[in-house]
Amino acid sequence: MSVLISASHVSVVRDSQEILKDISLEVSEEDFITIIGPNGAGKSMLLKCLMGFYAPDEGHVTSRKGLKIGYVPQRLQAEPTIPITSRRFLTLRRKSSAETLEKVISETEVSSFLDKPLSVLSGGQLQRVLLARALLNEPDLLVLDEPAQNLDITGQLAFYKLLDRIYQERGLSVLMVSHDLHLVMSSTKNVVCLSREICCHGEPRHVTKDPEFISLFGPDMAQLMASYQHRHHDHDHDHSHVHSLTDKTEESSASHHA
Amino acid sequence: MLDPFIVRALAAGIGVALIAGPLGCFVVWRRMAYFGDSLAHSALLGIALGMVTGINPTLGTILVSTGFAMMLLWLQHTRILATDTLLGILAHAALSIGMVVLSFAGNQRFDLQSYLFGDILTVTAEDLYWVYGGGIVVLVLLFKNWLSLTLMTIHEDLARAEGVKTFWVNLLLVVLMTIVVAVSIRIVGILLITSLLVIPAATARQWMKSPEGMAIMAAFFGLLAVISGIYGSAYLDTPTGPSIVTAATILFTVLFPVAALFRR
Repeated sequence: MSVLISASHVSVVRDSQEILKDISLEVSEEDFITIIGPNGAGKSMLLKCLMGFYAPDEGHVTSRKGLKIGYVPQRLQAEPTIPITSRRFLTLRRKSSAETLEKVISETEVSSFLDKPLSVLSGGQLQRVLLARALLNEPDLLVLDEPAQNLDITGQLAFYKLLDRIYQERGLSVLMVSHDLHLVMSSTKNVVCLSREICCHGEPRHVTKDPEFISLFGPDMAQLMASYQHRHHDHDHDHSHVHSLTDKTEESSASHHA
Repeated sequence: MLDPFIVRALAAGIGVALIAGPLGCFVVWRRMAYFGDSLAHSALLGIALGMVTGINPTLGTILVSTGFAMMLLWLQHTRILATDTLLGILAHAALSIGMVVLSFAGNQRFDLQSYLFGDILTVTAEDLYWVYGGGIVVLVLLFKNWLSLTLMTIHEDLARAEGVKTFWVNLLLVVLMTIVVAVSIRIVGILLITSLLVIPAATARQWMKSPEGMAIMAAFFGLLAVISGIYGSAYLDTPTGPSIVTAATILFTVLFPVAALFRR
């Protein structure tokens, strides 16, 4: 499968602090990679390096020629000082056919508030408008930086569900920074655990059992993740999932089979 | 009423209003009012250096203010001090050094008040060339970069991800502001320039639903303020620069609550 972006041995130094250390990462077609890590782990910096905002101090980033990236930032602080409707914002500095626009609007379900000023939209509505804007470019890769961080739990669920649907239907690649690993567990194909350097990576169910993951997030987190894992992937073992929450040893033995 | 000096004053004032309105929208959207004020303060140093070296004071102002802005951008980059602290240092340093340089020049004819509050009735044909030459440059560049600037104002990283060279566009905005400051000094003076950028744009905010509409409306309100200010000052024999700003303030004070009523 064709590689969209690849980073090899990328290091970034800011104020004589190594923010990213020897990162090698590849994003291929139809990948869904979630980057997790504690605050200050350099997650946003990694995204920005991959998108070419900053040149790495060491190593290099290459992307496929003509690669189209759709970027969904963490949040949009819509200032009421600037009068602009959501519709205008969606198409601001973007040329797209009426057809594409129509398709994206129905896909992201933003039509009901398109004519409202941007500054009155709720957090969830704003994120959907941002997602719509990213999709207008017909991207090969969606890059999302904690897209649901400022949403309530219902909003988070709805957003990730929408993202999953878009991923499935469009066959694009997704590279996302997210703290909500439990919510994207079923969508994401690969998890990269970042703490300035890549601690561990792989399929979600493997990563959550990695000693590095456990040392970074603690055993409770790892166990919580494992329980989500069961719910999403082993539907026929639901009873053992319930069991595992109450019995630690049972959980760890079950994980070997998974 | 159509003395040549009034005609020149009106022509200069209209030119400045037309560029200050749209550019002022960005000052309002991006909270750059204090920055604009500081740029204007640094202009005095430009005028002083222009007098000492003999180069055109408007050109001197553009050069010094641009240098001032670069220095600010560089200091901001170090992130050790907050922007308003840096502006507080740079603006008053430039103002003071400008006064010191002027005292060395020992120019007896120098009328400080006309630089602080403007002296639109002494506008010369050469000043008009600067206003309209600079004005066309500003409007063309602003127009060409309008969408990028607006997107950056809403979300800078988003613009960057979509291919906007944000560093250069930011720099461009600063240079455009220095040009407006430089050509506006004759009209309203160093101390009042920011008001010409901010007040018409703030007045326009509630009346428009699109960024472009607000820019056009701001130019229109600026125009109204300049014309009524100049006529008012001629009629009432009041200082012209402050009269223009007073007119702009009256417009704002009347129209702001009216817009609020309309919105209900």
